[in-house]
Amino acid sequence: MTQSHNCADYHDIPGTYVFDAEQSRKGYHLNMFCMSLRSAANRDAFKADEAAYVDRFPMTAEQRQAILTRDWNEMLRLGGNIYYTAKLAMTDGITFQDLAAKMTGVSRDDYRAMMLAGGRPIDGNRTKAEWAKNG
Amino acid sequence: MAKIVGAYATSHVPAIGVAMDQGLTDEPYWKPVFAGYEASRQWIADLKPDVAIVVYNDHANAFSLELIPTFALGCAAGFDIADEGMGRRPVPPVLGAPKLAWSMAQSLILDEFDITIVNQMEVDHGLTVPLSLAFGQVDAWPCPVIPLAVNVVQYPPPTGARCLKLGQAIRRAVEAFDEDLRVVIFGTGGMSHQLQGERAGLINADFDNRFLDLLIDDPAAAASIPHVDYLREAGSEGVELVMWLVMRGALAPQVKTIHRHYHVPASNTAVGHLVLEDGETD
Repeated sequence: MTQSHNCADYHDIPGTYVFDAEQSRKGYHLNMFCMSLRSAANRDAFKADEAAYVDRFPMTAEQRQAILTRDWNEMLRLGGNIYYTAKLAMTDGITFQDLAAKMTGVSRDDYRAMMLAGGRPIDGNRTKAEWAKNG
Repeated sequence: MAKIVGAYATSHVPAIGVAMDQGLTDEPYWKPVFAGYEASRQWIADLKPDVAIVVYNDHANAFSLELIPTFALGCAAGFDIADEGMGRRPVPPVLGAPKLAWSMAQSLILDEFDITIVNQMEVDHGLTVPLSLAFGQVDAWPCPVIPLAVNVVQYPPPTGARCLKLGQAIRRAVEAFDEDLRVVIFGTGGMSHQLQGERAGLINADFDNRFLDLLIDDPAAAASIPHVDYLREAGSEGVELVMWLVMRGALAPQVKTIHRHYHVPASNTAVGHLVLEDGETD
């Protein structure tokens, strides 16, 4: 029994960036930039001069811009993976929950309240068609 | 011979580790999470396992995109705690069980599971949070640990069916070892959660509880859940649940449920916890 490698089936999930082969190829240097921030010395160098630090990594202009402006969803679109971009968030002192709030475009308090109320429900959030219908 | 004497599944939410490290477990937000781990802490204290095999995933700490092993078995004498970007968790170092681990590696490879052998690896919250939940805040972990890191970050992770079969092969590998060791196996990660994108915060309690039911009574059905169903129904990071199938495979076809706990939320995540042993439910 084999599973399909057809990625069309998961591309239908709304607001979700599956880190597949295509994204991984696209985002390699962006993610390795994030990985470098595990080291305290690199975090200091990045904070001292962000633009100069990111130039050490051969990223596209769009990836570079997304990092410098902290456009978290754009980083994911451009091949970033959440466990890597979270290293950048941690460098900024942002927790996983606050990062999630930023990516969903709500305040930290509203996001926290949603989670305490049981989280984002699955109904209405399965397909892009549902999101298009509900605006 | 060595023997699997029990199985312990739990979510490995990093915020749970932070709550324990910072003494927040009695706060109203955290109390119901930790209340569900008291009975199982007694269970494992009474069980006194000689070794714990911990099936978990690394979160861009020991491994990066440079090297992405699907199954990596830690065969070293010890594993340092990773600095995930905010300093190391204040937990004891993890000691390995190299003799059993190497024996397992040989058995598994000859049993056609082409796992990666690891002699140098830091371990992150995916492994240390379950140890903290099981054993509490201790000066030393009560038993050595064999880490089994599963790739669930780079798509595709191994299928559920493959994970279940790996668990069955782990049981054979443990039973082929000629020392009388009592081994507990941990399955970690999940349950439903999505950390990324505009759909972050997704929780699906119906999916999670159905998964728990299937894992206990019909593991083949649980193993047949395709990746896209986890991604869609349990959130993009909910696919970590395939690791629970490795644990389940290491048990007998019939199991009894010693303990079951489910709570929403811990940070972005639905917390699930299950303790199983071979045998029939009383």
